[in-house]
Amino acid sequence: MDQSVARVRPRAAGSSFFARRWVAALSSALVLGGAAGALHAQAWEPTRTVEFIVPAGTGGGADQMARFIQGIIQKNNLMKQPIIVVNKGGGAGAEGFLEVKSAKGDPHKIVITLSNLFTTGLSTGTFDWTEFTPVSMMALDQFVLWVNAKNPAKSATEFIEQVRAAGGKMRMGGTGARQEDQIITVSIERAAKVKFTYIPFKGGGEVATQLVGGHVDSTVNNPIEAVAQWRAGGLRPLCVFDDERMPYKARVTETMSWHDIPTCREAGVPTDYVMLRGIFMPGGVTPAQRDYFVGLMRKVRETPEWKKFIAEGAFNPTAHEGDAFVKWLTRAKDEHRTLMNEAGWVTKK
Amino acid sequence: MEELQSLMHGFAIAMTWQNLMLMFLGIILGVLIGVLPGLGGANGIAILLPLTFTMSPTSAIILLSCIYWGALFGGAITSILFNIPGEPWSVATTFDGHPMARQGRAGEALTAAFTGSFIGAFFAVVMITFLAPMVAEFALRFGPPEYFAVYLLAFCSFVGMGKGSPWKTIAAMMLGFALAAVGMDTVTGQLRMTFGSTELMRGFDFLVAVIGLFGIGEILLTMEEGLEFKGRSAKINARVVWQTWKELPKFWATSIRAVLIGCWMGVTPGGATPASFMSYGVARQISKNGHNFGKGEMEGVVAPEVAAHAAGTSALLPMLALGIPGSPTAAVLLGGLLIWGLQPGPLLFVEQKDFVWGLIASMYLGNIVGLIVVLTTVPLFAAILRIPFSIIAPVIIVVCAIGAYTVNNAMLDVWLMMLFGVVGYVFKKLDYPMAPMVLALVLGDRAEDSFRQAMLMSQGSLSILWQNWLVGGISALAIALLLWPFLAPLRARLRKAPEPA
Amino acid sequence: MSRPEEEGAGLVSVATMEIIVAALFFAFGAVVMFDSYRIGASWASDGPESGYFPFYTGLIICTAALVLLVQGFRKRAQVAVAFVEAGPFRQVALVFFPALVYVGGIALAGIYVASAIYIALFMVFLGHYTWLRSVAVGLSVGLFAFVLFERWFHIPLPKGFVERALGF
Repeated sequence: MDQSVARVRPRAAGSSFFARRWVAALSSALVLGGAAGALHAQAWEPTRTVEFIVPAGTGGGADQMARFIQGIIQKNNLMKQPIIVVNKGGGAGAEGFLEVKSAKGDPHKIVITLSNLFTTGLSTGTFDWTEFTPVSMMALDQFVLWVNAKNPAKSATEFIEQVRAAGGKMRMGGTGARQEDQIITVSIERAAKVKFTYIPFKGGGEVATQLVGGHVDSTVNNPIEAVAQWRAGGLRPLCVFDDERMPYKARVTETMSWHDIPTCREAGVPTDYVMLRGIFMPGGVTPAQRDYFVGLMRKVRETPEWKKFIAEGAFNPTAHEGDAFVKWLTRAKDEHRTLMNEAGWVTKK
Repeated sequence: MEELQSLMHGFAIAMTWQNLMLMFLGIILGVLIGVLPGLGGANGIAILLPLTFTMSPTSAIILLSCIYWGALFGGAITSILFNIPGEPWSVATTFDGHPMARQGRAGEALTAAFTGSFIGAFFAVVMITFLAPMVAEFALRFGPPEYFAVYLLAFCSFVGMGKGSPWKTIAAMMLGFALAAVGMDTVTGQLRMTFGSTELMRGFDFLVAVIGLFGIGEILLTMEEGLEFKGRSAKINARVVWQTWKELPKFWATSIRAVLIGCWMGVTPGGATPASFMSYGVARQISKNGHNFGKGEMEGVVAPEVAAHAAGTSALLPMLALGIPGSPTAAVLLGGLLIWGLQPGPLLFVEQKDFVWGLIASMYLGNIVGLIVVLTTVPLFAAILRIPFSIIAPVIIVVCAIGAYTVNNAMLDVWLMMLFGVVGYVFKKLDYPMAPMVLALVLGDRAEDSFRQAMLMSQGSLSILWQNWLVGGISALAIALLLWPFLAPLRARLRKAPEPA
Repeated sequence: MSRPEEEGAGLVSVATMEIIVAALFFAFGAVVMFDSYRIGASWASDGPESGYFPFYTGLIICTAALVLLVQGFRKRAQVAVAFVEAGPFRQVALVFFPALVYVGGIALAGIYVASAIYIALFMVFLGHYTWLRSVAVGLSVGLFAFVLFERWFHIPLPKGFVERALGF
């Protein structure tokens, strides 16, 4: 433990933080009161507090990432105005997205998305990603097929054989209904011609614990949700739902790294699914306003803290902006629509 | 003992001036957060989390966990003074705490609540210190059927207590269940009773209902009785703490039961709110003062507070030992661990000894600091009741409105709070019981989710609810508690029977 | 505060109120049953459907409401007890309706300004304090709340034109 660090930093951090807020507030008041309008040319900057909406509850993966981004922005002084995180998770995130949708043209709101950008949008029929302004893709979250370490199956093929033999009685635990975990489950069922009993829970941590306790037979947890139990020998990863292996070669357990987990395609279960961790703004904002946040998020991704966070959570570090992002979104939406249509989860208007 | 040695080492880490300062700061912030209804410990920690990125993990978690202790302590304050639960787990504290305040015994009620909180937390920390791995193992045994049995138990321990019309009790309780079902169904993802409104997708929040039913309802009732607040006669003297302490030891049996209930409900994700209700219900049925509960009995303040704080504290155990959050606050702290570069989970105790034992030591110290801070403020808070009602009433309404808004950042919730205020006023006047209703609202959807998860697991067979000794045992206990009110007179009759013979 | 001749005059009897509340319960229960039936209220092969529990909850509410209705009508035939008397009800109304206006005002003027105005007016009209004192208390509560939530805790509460004019 580095005691000197503990001793010096807290006070400094606290005081400078509050001081900064006051200075920011004061200067913005001055700008508006005195020289309003003098700045409206070329580069745009936020003129008041930016709200960072999380369409999910406190403590989940999206919330963690949003608060981490907020922390990086504050710590490195990347933005003059304060940024605050607001959770609006009602109706599987519909609440948050609908607020952004109704804030058309408001450049002081950004939203972090997870797969519910597509799933909730399709299943409730209330919004679509094209109604928002895409800023950038920060990373993609991976999904891994996990079983309890006591399960004799050492590979995905062996496990699928078990599932087939059980005739639909094997329990797959996941987060929520008609969302990413259940979509993956349906994809596996299709690819391997087997049947699971899908059991929805409220959060990823709970799902991992249910697997360690033996109440379900498998899960498709994100790496970050299950890594603690993997290292402690409670869980075993079978395959990752991506088209390439994860790039992280540092040992996580005594014998394995993230890179050692085969892709599901390699393991004989041809399915893949990644989850978007992206930033959007409301529709109808100006290109200058969008560019500001594109630049801000680029700066966030360049910090060493971000790189460490991405590696520890074993995220797929792919990031996109502009057209590449739009192209990705179009494709992802189509894939979701196909999968959810087949499962009968799309609300017809 | 190895644990004692580690703990001493932990004290050495936590006992720096800077950390002690952070503890004071955290407790004071936490009490403030706890006092404001709607702004829970989870929000408070989430808001301050980004501030801690530059601190060492140990200092950061000391600050944040002290905010949590402070919020646990602070929830009782408005419950007792104004009948407004500052936090969900202090609803049960209002039942006897507020009547005490109206009798001019606010100082005693506050002292009893704070001391009870401290006792609950202390025993929970002792459990974390010595039994963490064993208890974590126990927590893993809980799957959906076991959760359902636990919720059933929480219900049964409480339901038998209504005195009024059974039909009114049933109607009120079912109203709670129905409101809990509004919003998105976890198991199928279907929207229930939203009637196309996106605002209703969020469902009815327990805290909004409670702020309205208890807080606004109480103000309306007080207005009806004239612009008087009965607590005005509150005697304020600094010795109230000492005098109350002399009375507390006689509640030892209730406290032990409350600690056990709290620790259990905290480790299995029942949480502090059901724990406080359950402890209150059990104390009411077992204690010889039970018939006086609801009229300002100190035991009725001690029971829920001890259990709530024990549960709130032991909820951190699964987070440390398994990497799973036992409460929303623990979930946010868990996010903090990841951000500071620590990995929660079974290996945390092995790999991050300094951090873990520093944290555990800070739990002892933080609660002692917390007790000192809140006890010194007792006369101050009791003095609030001396402010004339026509000043404090609008301020309370403003605080309630802010509280209802902050729960979900939604304006609709403020309107709902007013609506629940009217409901609370009418229910109180017509003797509809509100406690079963709020309990149904807080546990209803969780109980339903776990029941349906269990049904999915068993392919629709009910036998899963008594498939092993654990779930069977809890269910049996639940039924025994449900029947207790009927058994008690029977037992009394049996005891009397030999006399005439 | 109220005129003496109003004291003791019952506005509505307890029995009537019981009947009204029971009727509302019945209506609520019926709505719950209706919506639950729509989404499926049977016991499927893998356990209860989404509407199963709410449907029966609604059914029990309706049953209890019917019993309470009958009890209410019976009570009505007996002695009338006042639910609330005119004088006290005026007091309740004096707090409740301004509070409703206050909540409506939040949407217009933001929570801080609305709160300051509400507290000041309440103190002047119900507490008979001087304007100076009332405005001072109202303003300081509003300002304290603003600093606490917007500056320290970074929780955005509803804001109106005043805050916007100041650049928040």
